[in-house]
Amino acid sequence: MKSLADCRIIGIWTLLLVVLTACSSPAATPPAAVSEETPAANAADTPETTAEEPEVAGDADYIFGMVMVGPYNDAGWSQAHYEGALYVEERLDHVRFVYVDKVNPADRPNITVQQVIDDLVEQGAEFIITNSDDFKDGTREAAQAHPDVTFLHISGDDVLTGKAPDNLGNLMGRMIYGKMIAGCAAALQTETGNIAYVGPLINDETRRLVNSAYLGARYCWDNLREEPPADDLTFSVTWIGFWFNIPGVTLDPTQVANDFINADNDVLISGIDTTEALVEANKSTEAGTPVFALPYDFAGACAQAEDVCLGVPYFNWGPAYMQEITAARTGTWEQQWQWLEPDWADINNLDTSAIGFAMGQALTPENQEQLQTFIDGLADGSINLFTGPLTYNDGSVFLEEGETLTPGTPEDDERIWYMQDCLESIQGQCATE
Amino acid sequence: MQGRSGKLWAQWGLVLGLPLLALLGALAFTTLVLLAVGSPPYPPYWLLFAGVLSSPVRLADMLMLAAPLLLCSSGLTLTFAAGLYNLGIEGQVIIGAVFAMVPLRWWPELSPVALWLLTFGMGALGGMSWALLTAWLRVYGRVNEIFAGLGLNFVATGVTLYLVLGPWKREGSASTSGTEPLDQAIRLPTIEGLRLAPLAPLLALVLLVLVWWLLRQTRWGLSLRATGLNAVAAERFAVPSRRRMIEAMAGCGVLAGLAGTIQVLAVFHTLTPSISSGIGLLALLVTLLVQAHPLLILPVVLFFALLSVGSTQLPLQLQIDSSIGGVLQGALVLCMLLLRGLQQRWSQARVWDNE
Repeated sequence: MKSLADCRIIGIWTLLLVVLTACSSPAATPPAAVSEETPAANAADTPETTAEEPEVAGDADYIFGMVMVGPYNDAGWSQAHYEGALYVEERLDHVRFVYVDKVNPADRPNITVQQVIDDLVEQGAEFIITNSDDFKDGTREAAQAHPDVTFLHISGDDVLTGKAPDNLGNLMGRMIYGKMIAGCAAALQTETGNIAYVGPLINDETRRLVNSAYLGARYCWDNLREEPPADDLTFSVTWIGFWFNIPGVTLDPTQVANDFINADNDVLISGIDTTEALVEANKSTEAGTPVFALPYDFAGACAQAEDVCLGVPYFNWGPAYMQEITAARTGTWEQQWQWLEPDWADINNLDTSAIGFAMGQALTPENQEQLQTFIDGLADGSINLFTGPLTYNDGSVFLEEGETLTPGTPEDDERIWYMQDCLESIQGQCATE
Repeated sequence: MQGRSGKLWAQWGLVLGLPLLALLGALAFTTLVLLAVGSPPYPPYWLLFAGVLSSPVRLADMLMLAAPLLLCSSGLTLTFAAGLYNLGIEGQVIIGAVFAMVPLRWWPELSPVALWLLTFGMGALGGMSWALLTAWLRVYGRVNEIFAGLGLNFVATGVTLYLVLGPWKREGSASTSGTEPLDQAIRLPTIEGLRLAPLAPLLALVLLVLVWWLLRQTRWGLSLRATGLNAVAAERFAVPSRRRMIEAMAGCGVLAGLAGTIQVLAVFHTLTPSISSGIGLLALLVTLLVQAHPLLILPVVLFFALLSVGSTQLPLQLQIDSSIGGVLQGALVLCMLLLRGLQQRWSQARVWDNE
């Protein structure tokens, strides 16, 4: 009887399979079926047909897509990109923006970047931005699979290393300056002389940025503080393992921030996509132990705790996106590896500067003045922090005595881009060998 | 004769009717959720189902998700039959993936076929040894397999974290995002233009049939089910129930390890701490839903895979959060459990009435 029952299941099964294959095999016909059955819902998108076909009419929207690693409203890295996309959408006619956010193993465990990009292409996207170092391999593979689509991978180096196919470019703002300014602000305001950096994962970008923050702090501590409140500056870093908290996988940034606070650090610099450092600094201050913080990435990040926020180094992607998308749309796009300068005339000009620094309410007026002096020094070139002697943590030499690097020249840019280790006197493990 | 075929029909009515009823209930619930967030319910459903079935690319993605899910569900069928709740399956998938990485990292120059055989073999070995650890704790250490399994899941994640951030990290970086991706040449071959590696679903199907045959057509399967119904009684009838439990766990571990191997070799092409991506837990839902009936597993697995792949379309086209696919999956299992409970209560009441 059992086997009879099983036979029946097999029978039903065959039937199901037949139905399934009947549904799926005529892959050529569905577009008709789609428009027939849901005229209203899909009229705007008509998925199947958009990918290969050139623009149907002159007025058709140019669609650009974005894949974000975090939520579009994270008050950090992903939100800065999202706002950059909105900037473009507002200013260019007949341009439409589609996106998928939270593309990471915690939020979308079964999804790969390539899958998401396929979806965006199916939506008609002709230009796609991917915004995480994590998407480097996936973006490259997707660019190979969609040679007609232009890709912009944020903060990659595929163009530099020659791995990029022709339709893939790289873009990054020179956040090294933003971090120097953040480090300087931290050094100006600390009372204990202990500054801590909540780091994401270790790679070329994050090493570069933590070193920049340290250089800024060191300079301002040595040169702009008349009566240092402590014997010396300490600067520590802890890496959580990813760009933001993934419970059970990364260290918990809330915990890391609190450990730093308990270890007498009174300024936290955030290197991660989200704002835990700022939130914990605020809690500690409310509980009676004043701690300041500098969040990262997004111009509006201070809003979560104005009273303890010294300022935020932020990205301003809009102008660069607009340039790239316009170029791609008019057929003048060229593959480049771009590392964009701030607009030194006004680093907070949202139409011209790739990065900026928004001063926070918690930074005292005197310190704001001092910080502005520092920014002006960076702007006119009188302050160049890539000046030797600089040694790495393991004792090897980064810059010899008297040696300087000039950001903007290709050779020196590469040396800055690919810093090997944390600089000496940063407490924490940064080398990966 | 009449009574017997009537009983058969009633049995069948339960096997097919209950899931259908549960599906209706789940759809009703999900529709309510959709209406509550202010979305008209029809477009999301259309997108979920037709959106996947009408696109070869998504159909291929669905099959690639279904393959490891099917392997895990088949494995859990064995442990369910033996009366074990193998919540440690996530860890078995993870350790399978870790073991699979070993030949891929050490002998990438082997001929691909040999390398793949070795990789699958190692993956199976990894999953099995992790499962045997749980079985050993259960049978000899008297640790409930649920707790042992859950504990070992954490340990497995810890092991991958250590490897990904430590000895197997990518050159110049330390990130939980994974190891260096596999060379194109040693990935499981795919069909041009799709991410479908046909070997993966094929392997899963063959092993499902094998599990069905073992459970339903062999003496071993009979004694396994006897163990599951009542291990002590089975022992009295000379069924080596401890041994059967260990064998069921080992079998499940092998299948979970193979699932982990597919995740590495054909889906992600790298080892990440979240390499199992919750597939083991999803398989638990599948097995709960079909009461570990081996042949009903396939349609449910396909359905779940379809929901998971289709739901990514929701935010993109309708600005609805993609978790609505998960709501439907969860509601389905809940409805099914509820209906089954009600049905048992109802049939018990009838027995008492008759007395």
